[in-house]
Amino acid sequence: MHTHLLELESEAIFILREVVACFEKPVLLFSGGKDSIVLAHLAKKAFFPEEIPFPFLHIDTGYNFPETIEFRDKIVRKLRVKLLVGDVAKAIEEGWLAEPQDKLTGRNKLQSDVLKQMIESYGFQAAIGGARRDEEKARAKERIFSIRENRGGWNPDNQSPEMWNLYNANLKQGCHFRVFPLSDWTERDVWDYILEERIEIPPIYLAHRRAVVEINGQLLAYSPLFFDKDIHTIIKKKVRCRTIGDMPTTGMWLSSASTLTEIIQEIDQSDRTERGARLDDQSSSFSMEDRKRDGYF
Amino acid sequence: MLKSYTKRLLRFVTIGSVDDGKSTLIGRLLHDAKGLLKDQYEAVESLDNDREGVNFAFFTDGLKKERELGITIDVAYRYFSTPKRKFIIADAPGHFEYTKNMVTACSRAQVAVLLIDARHGLLSQTKRHLFLASLLQVKHVVICINKMDLVQFSEERFEAIKESVSQYAAKLQIIDIQFIPTVATKGFNVVDTCEEMKWYKGGSLLFYLENVHVDSDENRIDCRFPIQMVSKNESPFRYFGRVASGIFKKGDEVLLLPSKQKSKILKITLGEKEIEEAIPGASILLTLDNNPLLHRGDMIVRPNNQPETTNRFNCMLFWLSDLGLDSNQPYYLLQAHRQEVCHIKTILYKLDIETLHREFPPSKIGVNDIARIEIQTTSPLYIDSYQKNRVTGSFILVDKNSLATVAAGVII
Repeated sequence: MHTHLLELESEAIFILREVVACFEKPVLLFSGGKDSIVLAHLAKKAFFPEEIPFPFLHIDTGYNFPETIEFRDKIVRKLRVKLLVGDVAKAIEEGWLAEPQDKLTGRNKLQSDVLKQMIESYGFQAAIGGARRDEEKARAKERIFSIRENRGGWNPDNQSPEMWNLYNANLKQGCHFRVFPLSDWTERDVWDYILEERIEIPPIYLAHRRAVVEINGQLLAYSPLFFDKDIHTIIKKKVRCRTIGDMPTTGMWLSSASTLTEIIQEIDQSDRTERGARLDDQSSSFSMEDRKRDGYF
Repeated sequence: MLKSYTKRLLRFVTIGSVDDGKSTLIGRLLHDAKGLLKDQYEAVESLDNDREGVNFAFFTDGLKKERELGITIDVAYRYFSTPKRKFIIADAPGHFEYTKNMVTACSRAQVAVLLIDARHGLLSQTKRHLFLASLLQVKHVVICINKMDLVQFSEERFEAIKESVSQYAAKLQIIDIQFIPTVATKGFNVVDTCEEMKWYKGGSLLFYLENVHVDSDENRIDCRFPIQMVSKNESPFRYFGRVASGIFKKGDEVLLLPSKQKSKILKITLGEKEIEEAIPGASILLTLDNNPLLHRGDMIVRPNNQPETTNRFNCMLFWLSDLGLDSNQPYYLLQAHRQEVCHIKTILYKLDIETLHREFPPSKIGVNDIARIEIQTTSPLYIDSYQKNRVTGSFILVDKNSLATVAAGVII
């Protein structure tokens, strides 16, 4: 393995172990996307030969790609971890969350409420997430152990300093930590690592022919849930996901990359960032910071 | 020859005063080394209507408040790679009130890139930055004398600043210091060299960063393995941790602290793989002979090379909180997987980082102050001097009420 990957791996394992050493009730946020898959792989490695000592938590909007959910369940079975699911659709049904006006992109924001509710009701002290600082400029300012006060909100203007590898894990009543072991990884590092470690990924990351709909210059995966055959023109294209979010907010990339090596080549040649195809990030220049202040991961 | 973890991954900090053009330099480095992609570039272009060209500062100033105030408040991390290395930039705000962020950024950096405005030369702010970088043992410093276009690309000006900085740095035990004349806004000597300063024979900043030798900075001599966690399953116990320094090999005789019991390394593993030896920075799992009972914060070392075991030591303390130091109050001290209650025994002096003058008796220690202090912990720690060991020689202090990190310290 390249030495820079060894260093990143070693650091992430150090952080995962630190979480387990410092907190009685940690949880790993698992979406079935590539970053959380890498986290799951690292967790297995960090504690082997013991079992992964924390449950996984997925906040399901109900708008996920079916392939993601299938893959999520497969991984969880394979790793023998307990999966908890926070159900946004159910919360809307039960009436404690309102269905957003913008049906396509609105549910993404509601994930924060369900996440906070799950963390609170289970009493989790630390939620491990796969966010990376290179993804987005607000995330570039994140701590590795990032405290969430005031009902899960992030306060970027007044963060505690973080020196060396000394993480202050002392927790105040009513607060919890978000912990980001992949902070220093880039998209390229994640793929290089997946390739080196032969980590299994959901097939939608690889190029496949799919029915898509073009909305404002973005290709979105067709599903009868969101699109009406009579209104929208459905086209078939060879596409793949570069990041995986909700179906209605995840732009599909035109691609012929059908192997990991081809994906890496494609990333190297691309002049767009991976989140460039995420509608949830594009509503304003500060939308990630705003959502994070509100408790988003 | 064993591989080094750090050779292909270089962490560097960029430091500069408010208007030295630091963010511009990073933006330029990222852009020209293709660490910035088209959509990021366009997002910034669309934000910036009232300047000519693209304001590269927007690439690093990511928070709303930073853009509103036009200053960098918090450390921002940026990433790029060249075929030679992966780089992690910690961009530290140069503004005085935000010195705590500088300490944060320097604590892990192998190289410091420091900017000086060619028109102003060596200012007190730069002296502070150099001093902090040296206290935090950033072993390589590269000084970009920037805005050379505004001094007519004058070699004399460059040499004069170089001379004054070198004189100051000589007092600080900075071993490796290099100078590069740059124009960040135009990219001169950032990634490529330029026609305008033919008198400069050295390489560009990127060339320096790609080639600077950092392998020998690692401590491969003093074996220290602070135990991070011990599995709850008994027999055999499993000791999880990360090698702080030295090289651990299968079969090595080791000494356990605090018991001073001897044991032997039976197995080193990571995941399903068994490894023969572990180098500094490696997260591993150790299996020891006789299955001794050890706890988090205990340490595995070599019989003939031990850290100091003590509950009283001297340090330089960086105060980082608006709540000033209260020597009547106990604090939590965090070091090498230990958290102990500690007391400030003596404040030996407060250091004026502009003049390097030692103030005694010291006035109140507040935010951004640096002081030499004697600390006493309730139970002994295993320590080395920070100069020898960044892991066992560093600590933080946590306020017992707010539970916030209030200070960082390096052991002398």
